[in-house]
Amino acid sequence: MNDMRIADRTVSSDTAKMTARGVQVYYGENHALKDVDIDILGGTVTAFIGPSGCGKSTFLRCLNRMNDTVSIARVLGEIKLDGEDIYDKSVDPVTLRARVGMVFQKPNPFPKSIYDNVAYGPKIHGLTKSKAELDQVVETSLKKAALWNEVKDRLHAPGTGLSGGQQQRLCIARAIATSPEVLLMDEPCSALDPIATAQVEELIDELRSQFSVVIVTHSMQQAARVSQRTAFFHLGHLVEYGETGQIFTNPQDPRTESYITGRIG
Amino acid sequence: MNTEKHIVSSFDRDLEGVQAMVMKMGGLVEAAMLDAAEALDTRDIELAARVRRGDKVIDELEERIHEECARLIALRSPTASDLRTVLTVMRIAANLERCGDYAKNLAKRVPVLNEMAIVAGATGSIRRMTRTVVLLLKDALDAYIMRDAHMAQDVRLRDQEVDQMYNAIFREFLTHMLEDTRNITACMHLHFIAKNIERVGDHATGIAEQVIYLVTGAMPDDERPKDSAIPAIGTEAG
Repeated sequence: MNDMRIADRTVSSDTAKMTARGVQVYYGENHALKDVDIDILGGTVTAFIGPSGCGKSTFLRCLNRMNDTVSIARVLGEIKLDGEDIYDKSVDPVTLRARVGMVFQKPNPFPKSIYDNVAYGPKIHGLTKSKAELDQVVETSLKKAALWNEVKDRLHAPGTGLSGGQQQRLCIARAIATSPEVLLMDEPCSALDPIATAQVEELIDELRSQFSVVIVTHSMQQAARVSQRTAFFHLGHLVEYGETGQIFTNPQDPRTESYITGRIG
Repeated sequence: MNTEKHIVSSFDRDLEGVQAMVMKMGGLVEAAMLDAAEALDTRDIELAARVRRGDKVIDELEERIHEECARLIALRSPTASDLRTVLTVMRIAANLERCGDYAKNLAKRVPVLNEMAIVAGATGSIRRMTRTVVLLLKDALDAYIMRDAHMAQDVRLRDQEVDQMYNAIFREFLTHMLEDTRNITACMHLHFIAKNIERVGDHATGIAEQVIYLVTGAMPDDERPKDSAIPAIGTEAG
């Protein structure tokens, strides 16, 4: 009978792709993230949910050292990617960000052609040897991002001329062109209409066969729809982390319960 | 359980609305059971007819609860304890609807039995069993309203008493039938009644299990104590 249950979302791996231990983040005096321990699984979509200012985006930005760009931010504790400390002095943040890609809330294509938007990453990281190989990467990335059919005849038109949903999928194609191992998404659908949102969600589900996806979302329904694991953040603490079906039917912490049922937490 | 209010207060009103309907349904079913057993015991055809007519109201309530729950799921996307509340409400309503049918079936047999000779003590035994079962049903619904898993667990255990009463009644009827074959038709009717009342006890247990699910998030996994469902036949009466 257990095979017939749909409540537990299956994950293809139970090995940790990224691990965080005792992570603290300070913005100046402000203690934004307090002692976060989490294992991000391989081949899994993990959703971070929580009210505004709870620390979920802050933590997401720790995972590819985006907080390095904030001068007053201090990150303590340990974050590992495949067992390797990403805050080690020997790690180049730019190379790290090619392995841990990011998609932002608002579509932000470069003011370049569709082709160049996607080709940019592989070019600067020297991932391709020939024009033919680069063409192939651009095509594959656009196909994975479910955008190829819509843009294949106008690859040299400006990326900024696409619709909002197409621009966001272009940004996803750009992020996956460097073959990252983890894809971070910060509210990737908040500027999109429901149809474009559904397309991006479908895409996220397809992407997890190749990467771990971590998504920050304010839409709890979206977290429930796309993720296999959900982490709930509140006032800088990671309150609860577990299988998505369990979090949404039977959360163990009263704060999680209050938040996901829409009560004052 | 969560006793805080929702930020969207109309959500609370919707949830309270469906729960009030279930409670109303519970009250009607309890009354129908007691009235039907009284009609049987006092040979009151008028009261029996009222019970039969009343089942329509119970069925309509179940349908409304079902519709309201479907709307709630579609419009509010309930999660966690809210979701469990809606699911529980739907199942309790289905349990109660079935109990209403049993009360109606009992009432239907009253005019038939009135045409036959009285089987000594039988309707009194059935009325006592009905009172025990209705109390069980009432406690299951109280456990629901108070979100009391301990009380629900107690209901599950007490269903055993009903099973024992049923077995005793079964033997009693068997004795009557063996003593005088003219009792067979009446005793067959009375036996169906007793069996249906025993089934109401099972529905009360089902409601209690829903309460445990609602409170804890998991169905009870332990087997509840059970007497053999089918009593040994005829050995001591022969």
